[in-house]
Amino acid sequence: MKKLLILLLCLLPTFAFAGEAKELTSDPVLEKRMVGLAENLRCLVCQNESLASSHAELAEDLRREVRELMKQGKSDQEIIDYLVARYGDFVLYKPPMKSYTVLLWFGPFALLLMGLGVLVFQLHKRRQIVQESVLTPEAQKRAATLLNEEENK
Amino acid sequence: MMRFILPLVIFLVLAGFLYKGLGLNPREVPSPFIDKPAPIFNLVELQDPSKSFTPADMKGKVWLFNLWASWCVSCREEHPLLLDLMQQNIVPIVGLDYKDKREAAEAWLNKAGNPYLLNVFDVEGRIGIDYGVTGVPETFVIDKQGIIRYKQIGPVTSENLREKILPLVAELQRK
Repeated sequence: MKKLLILLLCLLPTFAFAGEAKELTSDPVLEKRMVGLAENLRCLVCQNESLASSHAELAEDLRREVRELMKQGKSDQEIIDYLVARYGDFVLYKPPMKSYTVLLWFGPFALLLMGLGVLVFQLHKRRQIVQESVLTPEAQKRAATLLNEEENK
Repeated sequence: MMRFILPLVIFLVLAGFLYKGLGLNPREVPSPFIDKPAPIFNLVELQDPSKSFTPADMKGKVWLFNLWASWCVSCREEHPLLLDLMQQNIVPIVGLDYKDKREAAEAWLNKAGNPYLLNVFDVEGRIGIDYGVTGVPETFVIDKQGIIRYKQIGPVTSENLREKILPLVAELQRK
């Protein structure tokens, strides 16, 4: 009786089966295209995750939406436009060039130029200081004697 | 002297920006819908599936479009405020029950009170996507011409009701 029970218990795991991966469609090409597109889109719920990697419910819905638009034959750009119309430029990880994103795009270069400017200015100033401190002949002589003394010690 | 002042100034500016950033709500993404027509839909009503509703039915009225769900915790926070609006007859509220179960939603309304003129039922959350919704609750103020004038992300509070929504509704109703 006991052995039978153990046997039955050993058979128990065979009844376990993993849940099927839900979202993979039958079309791997489409899935790949969807993931490629969604990697460049932001999940609005967990904002530091892409739409491709997020497990938020909204992200799943949006992936479903993207898949359906692809099946309808929409181009990537049309799908991006569809999402931007609803969620704004914020869904794009790469923000578009617009009047209010000029600072975002060119701010770093402006800072770099400012830094270069400061560097050039400082170097120029330093050169002036060095030039000013050219020794007079007497001072040079004195320096030479002092150095000689040091050597002769 | 300059050598100490400049880094200090840079530090203070940075600290100022970071401090400001602490107070910002990252969920408050600017909505592309402001001053645009409310997206069209046609959905069955929650309590009476034989009837359907479309935003055009509200033409000529200022109304609130409130997205909620019986499973949504912060919707419960704003619920008493919506009930107040209904009881004082200030502005009609159309609800959209987002990704919910019909029985659960009806049970919740029966228990907590129903502030809505009517509710539509969006099982798959598609209309939510059309309205750029990231999570419930969200509330839109829509004017007489069917143009969205304001979007509240997250629960309505008595503060932003008093400061933003009600003045805006009064102004739109006068037009």
